[in-house]
Amino acid sequence: MTGEVLAGRSGNGGRGAAAASSTAAAAQGARPAARPATSSATSARRRPWLQRPGVMKALAPWVVGVVVLAAWQAWCVVMKVPAYLVPSPSAIVSELVQDAPLLFGSLLATLKITLLAFALATLLGVVIALLFVQSPLIEASLFPYAILLQVTPVVAIAPLIIIWVKDMDAALVLCATLVALFPIISNTALGLRSVNPGLINLFRINRATRWQTLVRLRIPSALPYFFGGLRISSGLSLIGAVVAEFVAGTGGSGAGLAYQILQAGFQLNIPRLFAALLLITVTGVVLFAITAWVSRIGLRGWHDSQL
Amino acid sequence: MAATETFTPDRAASSLSVQRVDKCYPNGTIALEDVRLAIEPGEFVSLLGPSGCGKSTLLKMFAGIETPTHGHMRWWGQPFETVGSPGRRMSMVFQEATLMPWATVADNVRLPLDLAHVPRREAAARVAAALDGVGLAKFGKALPRELSGGMQMRASLARALVTEPDLLLLDEPFGALDEFTRNRLDSDLRALWQRRGMTVVFVTHSIYEAVYLSGRVVVMQARPGRIIADVPIDGPLERDDAYRVSEPFLQHCKTLSELITDAHRASFANEETGVQS
Repeated sequence: MTGEVLAGRSGNGGRGAAAASSTAAAAQGARPAARPATSSATSARRRPWLQRPGVMKALAPWVVGVVVLAAWQAWCVVMKVPAYLVPSPSAIVSELVQDAPLLFGSLLATLKITLLAFALATLLGVVIALLFVQSPLIEASLFPYAILLQVTPVVAIAPLIIIWVKDMDAALVLCATLVALFPIISNTALGLRSVNPGLINLFRINRATRWQTLVRLRIPSALPYFFGGLRISSGLSLIGAVVAEFVAGTGGSGAGLAYQILQAGFQLNIPRLFAALLLITVTGVVLFAITAWVSRIGLRGWHDSQL
Repeated sequence: MAATETFTPDRAASSLSVQRVDKCYPNGTIALEDVRLAIEPGEFVSLLGPSGCGKSTLLKMFAGIETPTHGHMRWWGQPFETVGSPGRRMSMVFQEATLMPWATVADNVRLPLDLAHVPRREAAARVAAALDGVGLAKFGKALPRELSGGMQMRASLARALVTEPDLLLLDEPFGALDEFTRNRLDSDLRALWQRRGMTVVFVTHSIYEAVYLSGRVVVMQARPGRIIADVPIDGPLERDDAYRVSEPFLQHCKTLSELITDAHRASFANEETGVQS
């Protein structure tokens, strides 16, 4: 199965390389270039797929991961390390499978908080950024408080929020939103202001209204910055959710992954602790990948970062 | 200063008139001093001078992006607020192409029409005509970065022409291009002007470009920015590459070159001896 997939990929890679070099030749527009292009394409086909740069680059991180996991497993087995100190990868996976209903239920709870906070932070961040660029006075009077919000550790204010806000989910979402909000505000505000001055003049000469300039010029110009903020905030909203759950969990309530980590710690069920940790990490990576993908779609073709 | 022609602008008829305009910046720099100028409908006028002579500042005032510190400016005898009404449309082409990188060439060219709420169908036809007029008919769907520098400038020109301006302002539009492309675009611009009969004000620091394009060259000098001469160019209406090497062309270039050199030498001498002109 894996062999098939890899063979398919390498075949694709070969064709891709051939297509790319022939396009390059076409772009040069030089007739003699056609011959070396075909020869380089055949040499690419003859080359073993494992040695191709694209394949190697894609495989390298997986190889590192497999090697580290194998070494970890071997160390645990050979040295007979007890599972309550360092569980082996296989023990973590079997724990994950065994306690799947419990752990994935917690994952859903954490994911709900994370996504709600991420959405809220994005919405609020954009609205606040739009407000900031309306007038220097608004920005001057509000920006210090945005910084204040950013520099206050959420662990320090989470207990307060959890006491003040009756609904636990709402309290957790609020904490996570506070963590994720600032990058969206600062990046979007920066983007809305980073507009080509020539284009500003063009809009002025054509008597564009404030609204037209915002929608047709400032917002598209801000997109690359906004997406940058989005990528940072996706991770921060997960961190915020987990931290808030920790604070709530220490108080004896909670359903999320942080709560499972706390409980597992109390019970010295270290494999479960690792399994919960693994789920948090994977969630973070997936969130990042999704925002990176959205950013690539949004900027495709025109922004330097996506070419 | 002796070379300055006293010009009494005929305010009723001129596309553009400028009376005793000064521009001082808050840091004390005098960008323009006592500028008087009138540009008649259908004229092709070049503002020629070295960097810092205020020619771009003057053009920006024509465009309404800058305002004079003192003095009066009139557009077709009226204040700036009337610009944009039928018969008084104005467009500007900048030093860079200033296209929106996220929009296609056609969308970029359509922008002035969109901002003025021109219906889509009519706008599409006018955009197609404007692109055709600058030789970019096939590139409407391309993104700006897929075009060469010269083609981007053509797109920028099409965007300025799509509103069918009565007054076209160009701020060293082809300065960043190679000489061959620039000559090509100069010829195209001249042909466009002949076809449309609009008023054109063209800022450049190239003597050859100014002489090739214009019916009149306004020569400016720096520190402080001012007009030192207003030279009519009596070349033929139809101008081609042969004109670039003809005797009258070279004679005009020589005259302008001497004017600029003399003025430069005079101002340099003044600075040396500390005498203010």
